[in-house]
Parts: sequence; structure tokens; C-alpha cells
Amino acid sequence: MATDATLQFRDPDAAREIADRIDALMADVGEPVSLMHVCGSHEQAIAKFGLRSMLPEGLAVRMGPGCPVCVTNMPEVDEAVALAEDGAIVATYGDMYRVPGTAGSLADASAAGADVEIVYSASEAVELAEENPGREVVFFATGFETTAAPTAAILAAGPPGNFSVLSAHKYVPPAMEVVAELPDTDVDGFLAAGHAATITGYGLFEAFVEEYEIPVVVGGFEPLDVLLGIERLLEHIDDGRAGLENAYPRCVSEEGNTAALETMWEVFETTSGEWRGIANIPDANLAVREEYAAYDARERFEIDPDVGAADPLTEQCICGDIMAGTADPDECELFGEECTPRNPVGACMVSSEGTCKIWLEYGGRPDL
Amino acid sequence: MCLGIPGEILEIDGHEARAEFWNVEKTVRLDIVGDAVEVGDYVLNHAGFAIRKIPDEEVAETIEIYEAFLEGDEEEALEEIGATDATLEFGSRPAAVAEPGSVGAGGPDDGVGPDGTPVDGGSDDGD
Repeated sequence: MATDATLQFRDPDAAREIADRIDALMADVGEPVSLMHVCGSHEQAIAKFGLRSMLPEGLAVRMGPGCPVCVTNMPEVDEAVALAEDGAIVATYGDMYRVPGTAGSLADASAAGADVEIVYSASEAVELAEENPGREVVFFATGFETTAAPTAAILAAGPPGNFSVLSAHKYVPPAMEVVAELPDTDVDGFLAAGHAATITGYGLFEAFVEEYEIPVVVGGFEPLDVLLGIERLLEHIDDGRAGLENAYPRCVSEEGNTAALETMWEVFETTSGEWRGIANIPDANLAVREEYAAYDARERFEIDPDVGAADPLTEQCICGDIMAGTADPDECELFGEECTPRNPVGACMVSSEGTCKIWLEYGGRPDL
Repeated sequence: MCLGIPGEILEIDGHEARAEFWNVEKTVRLDIVGDAVEVGDYVLNHAGFAIRKIPDEEVAETIEIYEAFLEGDEEEALEEIGATDATLEFGSRPAAVAEPGSVGAGGPDDGVGPDGTPVDGGSDDGD
């Protein structure tokens, strides 16, 4: 892209120039525009560098379902908690540790004596299995394509027999379709996550753009990358065309990382399932294929998750609306009061990629 | 976070490699990187796996962008590479950043000029 080559990163003049172009495009469009991104790192860049303050009135940029931990459904957490309580060592990423299940989180289970280990990679979970040959080690695997491919690589490599995976992996493209169809959600353009696209490639979004006639621009996370992505989306909207553009050629190719994708699809297949607070989404969960059933915790164990009574605080939680783009964190009565990173009610307050946690970290509505 | 973190490959043993992230060393797996990776290459790492080889000509810019972005959020970067008890040392870039393909010729005060060439030679700290 011509504009990309001339940009100097961290250059305020360049940022101002793009912001001016955004202003001009908004004036030309002449009506409010609502954009959605689906990446916690985008939200962090927007909050940290105060990008919303540079945007003209009428231009809204919201975070959609871009936090895999946040969309992990409560029964999935319950399954992990049940396995830990039944004596398995449950290994999971740090982000998942405090996410509330129906009766409690993995952190609660750990406090009550269960073996819960925080790992930074699927490899570490395998090491745990090697170090504990007499124990079952279950890796509660969460995340989008960027972590699903590593989990797949671990299974494809043949882990020890006492290792299994409880997959809560998610697949983004079908979720974008669901959000685009939500009656109360108004999205004029999607800023797609550059790093997930490192794996999937930007070509993946072609079908979506054609079907929904909503432009998609793949953008990086650096502040100027985000501004540039917004500007490119507005160009498409102003021209009245729904195109697909890669504004992040540094990292993203059309076909993506084919080695990673091959491994991912060898081990996983898509299945329908609930995305917490949003909807039951067809084909947006990744389940372990039958060929790898020996390593599928859901096949290996009889899991009887305790569905219990809903917590009244959880009912007040508006995480689902926030991820659907119909509400902002500061519209939630619990935000920063009953719900804090230390005592989260909803998953959006737990993960470093969650909108609520990011907003709270930057002092509320981050537009300064 | 879903960023991935760039690191330099120090040593390769089959599917595993030792990689350095701002003076913090970690093991990363190369199963799904999709490109041939050699010692001295930079790779983008996510959750213990290299997910992309960073082309030589993009290394300096990539490191610079990450340093700007991670400044103030070092804890999160350390969480990402699973080294919460370590300290990232920004600005101490191995010379491979300035000189694609070569390893280990660089000191803590080395910088990279706007055109990607080293500003100062510095001492050889090996690898």
C-alpha cells in the first residue's frame, strides 16, 4: 500500500495527517459511522495512546468479541473446575485462572486444594504430564487461532498418554458473521486483528466481505497502524464499497501461515457452541477431531459440570452486550465497583484482553 | 495479549530453540513457524511457539515498534513469554538487528540508525 511505506512510526505529524484524513472522510460520509475491532491488543493501543480523542464526532470504534477468554462459556470453565476437583492436574493460561465458573473459578478450586497450574505454553503443560506420570494432566486450552495452532502442534507431536486437552479454542470468522447479524449491533466496518491473521491470512475474510457487504481491513496494533486501519475503512465506506484490505503487510499475507493452519485443521474441527453472553455460534468453537480422541479430555473423562444456580451479580453483568458492541464498560453498574480485576464478575474484567479490564486500567472511559 | 513477541534464535535443537527476548532467554518451539529458521533469525513468538519468521529487513523496525508499544507494559510482555520473574532490557539489541544474518556482535549501547545501520560498533558479547 502506498500510504504504508511513507509512515514514520511514533511520528506525531504522521498521526495528525491520518487523523486529518479521517476528519475529511467523516465530513464526506456525512453520517455517524460505527467500526468494530476484534482484538484486545487493538483496544490496548487505542486506550494507551488515547486514539479515541483524535477521532471526530460521530465516529465510534468499539471492541467486539476479540477476547477469547471473555467468550469462553461458563460450562467450559465448570468442566475444567470439575476435572481439577476430581484429581486431575489442570494446566491453563494465566488469563483463564480467575474467570468465574458457575460455582467458582479455577483459582477457587486451587484455593480449595485442587492442582491448578498456570502455564505460558502448551509445551509447559506437556512437561507437567512428563513430570507427573502417575497423574492425569489436562490442558484447558483457550484462545483463537494463534494459540489453537500451538495446541494442535502439541497433539500432532504425540504427547504422553496421561496428557489431554479440554478445548475452549475459538475461531473468529463465524463470530464476525453473528455480530454483523445482531439486530442491535451496527457495524459499518471491521478492523481485523493483525496477529490472528498472521496465522489465518487475510484471504480468509473474503467470503465474509462478499456476503455481508461490510468492509474488512486487517490492521496492526501500533497506534499508527490502528489509525491507518480506521482511515482505510472510512475510505471504503465513503466510496460505498465493501472491500477487503491488508493494511498490515509487515506481518500478514493472503494465505497466512499454511504450516500452522494445516496442523490446526489436522487436529481440530469447527463445532457449534455458545460464546459467553453473545450467542450460540455455528462453527466458531474448535473441537478435537476423532483421530485425536485419545487426547480429548471430553472423551477421556465423564464430566458432569455443576450448572448450579446463577449468581445474581453475573445476571447484572453486561459483558455480552459489551462484546456485541451495544454497550460500553462504563455503562455497567458493576464496573469498577463490585467488578474489579481482583474480584471479577465477568470475564471482560479478567483477561488482559478484556475491554473492561483495559478501560479500568486507563481510568474509565479511555478517551483522553 | 495476542501480539506475539519478537525474539532472536540463539540455539536450535530439533523442534525446539532457545530464543532471547530483550536479554530474557526462553525455549520456543518451531513446529509451526512455517519457514526455515536459523540461528540469528528473529521470530515472532506466541505462547511458546514461533508463529512467523521476521524477514531480516523488518527486524529493526519490528523491535522498535514493540519497544514503543511495550514500554510501561513490560509485565505483560514477560507474562507472554512466561518469565514473570525476569526483567526485559530494552535498547540492548543484538547486532543481528543491525546486521542481518550475523549474531552476537553488539553491546548494550548499540543503537540502530534510521536507515537500519548500526550507530555504534560496541563490544562483542558473543552468544
